[in-house]
Amino acid sequence: MAYLELDRVSKQFGTTTVVDDFSLAVGKGEFISFLGPSGCGKTTTLQMIAGFLDPTGGMIRLEGKDLTAVHPAKRGLGIVFQSYALFPHMTAAENVAFGLEMRNVSRNERAERVRAALAMVGLAGYEDRHPRRMSGGQQQRVALARALVIKPSVLLLDEPLSNLDAKLREEMQIELRQIQRTIGTTTILVTHDQNEAMSLSDRIVVMSQGKIEQIGTPQETYEKPASTFVSQFLGKTNDFAGTIDRTAAPVRIVAGSWSALAPAGLNGAVTVSIRPERIGFGDAGLNARIVTRIFQGNHWLFQCDSECGPAIVIRQNDGTAQPAEGEAVRLTWRPEDMSVRARAGA
Amino acid sequence: MSMAAEERSVRVPWALTAPALMLFVGVLLIPLAMTVMLSFHDWGQYKGIEPVFILKNWKEIATDPYYAEMFWRTFRIAILTTLLTALLGAPEAYILNRMSGRWKSFFLLVILGPLLISVVARTLGWALLFGGNNGLVNKLLMTLGAIRSPIPFMFTETGMVVALAHVMMPFMVLSVWAALQRLDPQIENAAMSLGARPLTIIRRIIMPQIMPGVLSGAIIVFSLSASAFATPAIIGGRRLKVAATLAYDEFLNTLNWPLGAAVATLLLVALVLIVVGSNASIERRYAEVFR
Ligand SMILES: Nc1ncnc2c1ncn2[C@@H]1O[C@H](COP(=O)(O)OP(=O)(O)O)[C@@H](O)[C@H]1O
Ligand SMILES: [Mg+2]
Repeated sequence: MAYLELDRVSKQFGTTTVVDDFSLAVGKGEFISFLGPSGCGKTTTLQMIAGFLDPTGGMIRLEGKDLTAVHPAKRGLGIVFQSYALFPHMTAAENVAFGLEMRNVSRNERAERVRAALAMVGLAGYEDRHPRRMSGGQQQRVALARALVIKPSVLLLDEPLSNLDAKLREEMQIELRQIQRTIGTTTILVTHDQNEAMSLSDRIVVMSQGKIEQIGTPQETYEKPASTFVSQFLGKTNDFAGTIDRTAAPVRIVAGSWSALAPAGLNGAVTVSIRPERIGFGDAGLNARIVTRIFQGNHWLFQCDSECGPAIVIRQNDGTAQPAEGEAVRLTWRPEDMSVRARAGA
Repeated sequence: MSMAAEERSVRVPWALTAPALMLFVGVLLIPLAMTVMLSFHDWGQYKGIEPVFILKNWKEIATDPYYAEMFWRTFRIAILTTLLTALLGAPEAYILNRMSGRWKSFFLLVILGPLLISVVARTLGWALLFGGNNGLVNKLLMTLGAIRSPIPFMFTETGMVVALAHVMMPFMVLSVWAALQRLDPQIENAAMSLGARPLTIIRRIIMPQIMPGVLSGAIIVFSLSASAFATPAIIGGRRLKVAATLAYDEFLNTLNWPLGAAVATLLLVALVLIVVGSNASIERRYAEVFR
């Protein structure tokens, strides 16, 4: 049975629907990311789980019990806010101790748990610092310790790393993942950064305009995007307009001068989606001309002009000679590397 | 840089600030210095002001218990006014801050109202409500049998405190409001998610953070109330004097300018000491947290 379950949850502000028909089952100990562009309803969904907003429709269940009936102060969830929302008038230790105080944990046990929580996030020795005297990364760690020290049933993180610079963000990603693995807390992370979602999560919920586009492991969402939106949002991709050719036997899928055996269950106009690193240069395939060639150390990046529009190709730098700018090439790929979807509006 | 240019770069700021500086010196510093000097001059019913240097006025203020009582009353009224505005103004600002758009601007206008109405009209309004047997509220309460004799308002310290608190309220509310604006909008949610109930959130999270706002509002209200003239003059008249109305009386009725100057100087010095002192202690207290 799912540990945390969102069942057809929706949220409207006035007449605008911000979250629409959101269903998700989270397993115990799972690390889930809500990934989507700004304004797609990630925070709103998280706040409904936290209880700061009431869903307009649907159910949220934790271990089978209706969570919406529980006051936010009694839900026992750990939350890290984008702004951290630390209490500026309290020291790091007092911030972390606050949740334990509210739970009437004895003074001795409190001190011990606060010390352990701060040590876990690498802030041993910073107990008496005030948040304003700490760097962004340190404040972020205090916020994490404050959320974790109460042993939350679910940890909710709202873009916790977006205020950190790139290098610190990468460090914190690794650390966050390690901490989560160690203590095994069920975690939901909100982010608009696809790299962050892919490197941290067990599963990603890709959202767009309040709707779920796809739920899957990072590999699934990357390799087999369920929609054009997902393929575009998770890294670079090439979308070629293709058709299913019923006149051939067996039935073939055709994009320009490239063709292959058609996958089952599709008809008419389709979109062929293929990642740049899965395209190779061959003797047959899509006709294209190299427009620019950029050397990036471990790989080459080609921007091509193909029969089916612009195309990006990435080739590993394995020491072999690469085509030059202006050269005519044929683009080819293995059928199992592409994903094919019915083309809307055709 | 050449010598001339260097000289010029020194002179330009002075030249630019000169008009304002001259105005400042001319209408503030010089009269102030003259007032202080005046407080050391002699005065007699028939001889008028004698420009000598004596401590007569200061001695009189120091020894005559009338002045001690009057200064004590001045500061008592200012302190009570400050407490009243803090007690009412801080929750007022908090509630106002939680209101949504349109109501917020409406009630903000209501709170700023006292500043927009003439002090005379405002104070007389209070007098109409509470003034003697004919005061509206007094009449109503007496008709209802809630009180037997009218609540005294005119010529009382209570009246002064109430009327002063009314006009000082905007300073307190705006000061606390400014502190509330600096709060993290998610701070209450953060506290709630950790298990805090609303009253705990206000007591443990909100109050400590708006305290600097309350205190700076208190300094403004206190210094304005202690030196207020119009409201005490209308409510207290010549029966219940405070420092400002006493100085005014010495100048314009008794014509004992030197004594009036001594009272005014003492009020100024006391206020400056209190304000600077409390400001410094507030800054020290909150430096760690809010810098
Ligand atoms: N209290 C509110 N009232 C009206 N609209 C809101 C409110 N909160 C959020 N929205 C709208 O809902 C949409 C989703 O917001 P949000 O969940 O914060 O997005 P995200 O976190 O994915 O960036 C946005 O278009 C935002 O303008
Ligand atoms: Mg958001």
